[in-house]
Amino acid sequence: MSTLEIKGIVASVAGKQILNGIDLTVRSGEVHAVMGPNGAGKSTLSAVIMGKPGYEVHSGEVLLDGVDLLAMPAWQRAQAGVHLVMQYPSEVPGVSLADMLAAAFRARGRGTNGLIAEVAAEAGRINFPVALLDRPLNVDLSGGEKKRNETLQLAVLAPKFAILDELDSGLDLDALRDCAKRVEDASNTDGPSGRLGVLAITHYNRLLAELHPDRVHILVKGRIVAAGGPELADELERDGYEAFSEGVAAQ
Amino acid sequence: MTVASAAVLPSADEEVWRYSRIGELDLAAFEPAAVKSTVTGAEKLPAVDESLISRLVAGLTMHDSFDELSAEFNCTVAISVPSGIVLHEPIVVTHHIEGDAAALYPRLVVHGGANSEFTVVERFESSDDTRALVVPRLVLQADQAARVSYLGINLLGPRVWQLAHQQATGERDSTTLLATVALGGDYARVRTDARLVGQGATTKQVALYYADGTQMHDFRTLQDHVAPRTNSDLLFKGAVQDSAKSVYTGLIRIREDAKGSVAFQTNRNLTLSEGAWAESVPNLDIRTNDVKCSHASTVGPIDEEQRFYLESRGIPPDVAERLVVLGFFDDVLALLPVGELRRDLRARVAAKLHHVDSRAGATR
Repeated sequence: MSTLEIKGIVASVAGKQILNGIDLTVRSGEVHAVMGPNGAGKSTLSAVIMGKPGYEVHSGEVLLDGVDLLAMPAWQRAQAGVHLVMQYPSEVPGVSLADMLAAAFRARGRGTNGLIAEVAAEAGRINFPVALLDRPLNVDLSGGEKKRNETLQLAVLAPKFAILDELDSGLDLDALRDCAKRVEDASNTDGPSGRLGVLAITHYNRLLAELHPDRVHILVKGRIVAAGGPELADELERDGYEAFSEGVAAQ
Repeated sequence: MTVASAAVLPSADEEVWRYSRIGELDLAAFEPAAVKSTVTGAEKLPAVDESLISRLVAGLTMHDSFDELSAEFNCTVAISVPSGIVLHEPIVVTHHIEGDAAALYPRLVVHGGANSEFTVVERFESSDDTRALVVPRLVLQADQAARVSYLGINLLGPRVWQLAHQQATGERDSTTLLATVALGGDYARVRTDARLVGQGATTKQVALYYADGTQMHDFRTLQDHVAPRTNSDLLFKGAVQDSAKSVYTGLIRIREDAKGSVAFQTNRNLTLSEGAWAESVPNLDIRTNDVKCSHASTVGPIDEEQRFYLESRGIPPDVAERLVVLGFFDDVLALLPVGELRRDLRARVAAKLHHVDSRAGATR
């Protein structure tokens, strides 16, 4: 059983404070949703956890099983067991998925013998065309193909925790179901790192209809203004973010 | 000797020598010497007619005093593939550059008879302690419908200067590929003029260059559309590291009669160190309408988003950088005419990547 603890995170980007004290704890096998309107700080939260350059953390900590992730560069955080599924995965010309995963395996001291077969099997599981595996990363892939590619990497690298940054944005329903199902399976099944803990950051609740979160957190203006069970997402769907925004103003 | 001592060298004030290191050259310090060259793959070809060589060499435009010096001191290798002949294995010409303070003038004449198809590889090699000036000339002619590919490989040592001039001429419906891989040399310059003189002719120019230490690579290209419905495409990709420099200047010229022509030109440069410098100057000179042209050029460091993407998968910065740089060169490597050489050249590129900019990800 692993624990990812986000404690009192205050962070800024380009000199502007975006996160005003975030507290959140995710354990193995749990699915947490962080929902918020545009500009609430959703992507900043994912960037800060992963260690994307350009983001400054002023206070607070992110601990993985008690180990301080913020002291590590991104690649060490990934090796420690945190994986970011990106909203806009970068194109990397000339580098195939297999090259990248082989490098990621070697960096972890893992052998690459069964890698191609494993990638092919995972591709089949989420309906990612095998013909696309030799393509340079994300180059000329459609929005849906990119997200399946991201999900495939998550499945093969089998981290302890996955941060899904708007996995559902721009995704057709079939791709959304395939990706969400794969993530949910990982959270329900013991893998090499135990059951996957998930932090799903999203604007809309259509992902949650597929992913079935245990906890829902509402992020507004850099603060978690409400937290509860899955019913909170329904409440949000009914009342909109405005109902929660007023709560922030009153604080 | 009289030619050498009387030669008036070009200066960096001339546009085509702008940014170059020509001002550092002391030509009098170099003594003309014979070039040791070996040729493989041409054993079954008939001897080349002297009058053909003379005719082709006479067509070489004399740009500057180095062309005159080459005319005086050249050691010529000539290859002519008769009409209709297709060679499946490349002809490989290797120049073994040797000596201390030698000036060497290798000249390669390549002729593809009508409807012939073949590849010529020209290798320039020297040891690390060789100090020399190499002034290569390439005269390449593709007759009607010939498919001629050329790959020049610069593996020169760190004390060698290269001042190359290449001129390729494509007759009706011919296809020429002019490829260069430049990894060596102290200052290495290649000027390539690709002329499309017969209608429907096609030329492609490709280069991979990578300079480190105090090296400088310098490319001047011309895509010269003389005849109607001619096609040219150029992709030059380079990297500079440490305090190395590179220059690319390229001109697409569509002449008055070259209606219906299509020309593309792309130059991309990676600057891998703070002290490295790359210049890229694309130019168009279009003298008719009904043409399709585009050019693009970029100079910049490794894309931070690409680096972060790979690092977020647990890949350390040095490995991520290696993947991105080799990936950057992947498309030019794929365009090189001899597939068997790609693995070796890729490994040589990888071996150049000795430095790692180990900027850590955002921490507190």
